[in-house]
Amino acid sequence: MIDVFVAPFSSNAFMGNALLAGLLVSLACGIVGSFVVLRGLAFIGDALAHGVLPGVAVAVLLGLPGMLGAAAGSLAMIAGISLVTKKSTLSSDTAIGLLFVGMLALGVAIVSRSRAFSGDLVRILFGEILGISGAEILIQAGATVAIAATAFLCYRPFLLLCFNPEQADVSGFPSRLYHAIMLALIALTVVVSFRTVGTLLVFGMLLAPAATAALFARKISVMIALSSLVGAASVYLGLLASYHFDLAAGASVTLVATIVFFAALAASRLSPLSGGAR
Amino acid sequence: MSAAREVPALSARGLSIGYANEIVVEGIDFELPPGNTLALVGSNGSGKTTLLKTAASLLSPLSGEISVLGSRPGAFPARVAYLGQFQPSGFTLPLRAIDVVRMARFASLGLTRRAKPEDERIVREAMETMGVLDLADLSLRTLSGGQRQRIFIAQAMARGADLILLDEPASNLDSSSRETYRGVLREACASGRSAVIATHDVEEAAGCDYTMLLARKVVAFGRSEAVLTAATLLSTFGVVARPERGGILVLEHEHGHDCLDPEHEGP
Repeated sequence: MIDVFVAPFSSNAFMGNALLAGLLVSLACGIVGSFVVLRGLAFIGDALAHGVLPGVAVAVLLGLPGMLGAAAGSLAMIAGISLVTKKSTLSSDTAIGLLFVGMLALGVAIVSRSRAFSGDLVRILFGEILGISGAEILIQAGATVAIAATAFLCYRPFLLLCFNPEQADVSGFPSRLYHAIMLALIALTVVVSFRTVGTLLVFGMLLAPAATAALFARKISVMIALSSLVGAASVYLGLLASYHFDLAAGASVTLVATIVFFAALAASRLSPLSGGAR
Repeated sequence: MSAAREVPALSARGLSIGYANEIVVEGIDFELPPGNTLALVGSNGSGKTTLLKTAASLLSPLSGEISVLGSRPGAFPARVAYLGQFQPSGFTLPLRAIDVVRMARFASLGLTRRAKPEDERIVREAMETMGVLDLADLSLRTLSGGQRQRIFIAQAMARGADLILLDEPASNLDSSSRETYRGVLREACASGRSAVIATHDVEEAAGCDYTMLLARKVVAFGRSEAVLTAATLLSTFGVVARPERGGILVLEHEHGHDCLDPEHEGP
């Protein structure tokens, strides 16, 4: 019986690597996703996740690493959003929406001009968790450590930013600076996770575990820990389902995370612990 | 605290305040001696919040000078507390009441310094004086608007600041909580701290040492008992009224003459 739960990972190097990479994604997404949910940055998270597409497409065309293209795409998104909000009276939502569709359309336009993308496009959008190499896991581990260290160091200003940006400013933590750091963490998470779960599905991993944790946590530090745990469990169960039922691995992981959220939502309506875990 | 006594808590000279494309109030000149309270009184849009935000370094002065505890606004985050009129999203967060009050200590702790028992004592003392210590462990999102407001006031007090800036802090409070808050403020000022409070409430202003009446200009500034007269209130609000048999009796308004001796109609 135990073989059903362990053997897929112990006897198959691809699955072992996938589990490791997925756990790193769940840790990074658990930390960053908590702040995305708390600050209501889901839209910009979604836009960043999709906005990297043209960057990745150009990188593939030029034979450069996809991660480099994803990083360039994220930077272009953030710069574009900042430019529109600074130079106009439009809300940031409008700026994000404009950049979001613009970058996505550009990505699709680039991809449509070349036949070389037939297989790559699926990998870009949905990841290739079973094809993760040791070097990519190392990069992801480095990025996850950097994300965790930055979030730990900036925990107080991030908390104030979530609570009230004015309180961050008057406490000596410039809200613009820490907002920019938060955006950079979202971008870094998207960039290093897209190989694993893809640009479409990384957004699910950013949101679903953190939203699940938000249903029960009464402290933000608990929410981050719970979110990472839910993400890790989703990765394990998703990969297991993918192995046994021959499903797409990245999609299975995100699907499990989403199902867990709805199950938790139902449980939270019944449980006296709703909004109460410490 | 002794250093704070040597310089005004808040002062301005030829100060113009507002937003990028709009001057809200110009030509502001005043000085608030340390250990005193100042009420900013005026109707909506008169410039109260703009002046508070400028003192809190949330807005830059458009011209002129403003000095907070002898320096530029924002120079001493740990010595200035600010409670805004709105808490945009704080009440939806997974936070306990005590976590909110603990945030007050972040300005002095910075990014990495660990909180000491003294910090925790200050936090609990602020909650106790505002009567919210029994709510410490409760989730902020389960509390009523008035309970939250008392917690936010406790947060402002827990900063241990020399200058406390409060924007309509009593608007959500019942009469008992209002008395508690006023007592806390009196005690803070008795210990040498200063406070600036934006309010519509003339009675609250009468309890402060100084009052500035604002109507997109400085109508009057000085000791409250001297400033709060029917004539200045008329210039500020365009109307002077008093409670009368369960209703409000309008004594005078800018375009009418139904005045009952405004010289004697202070608050």
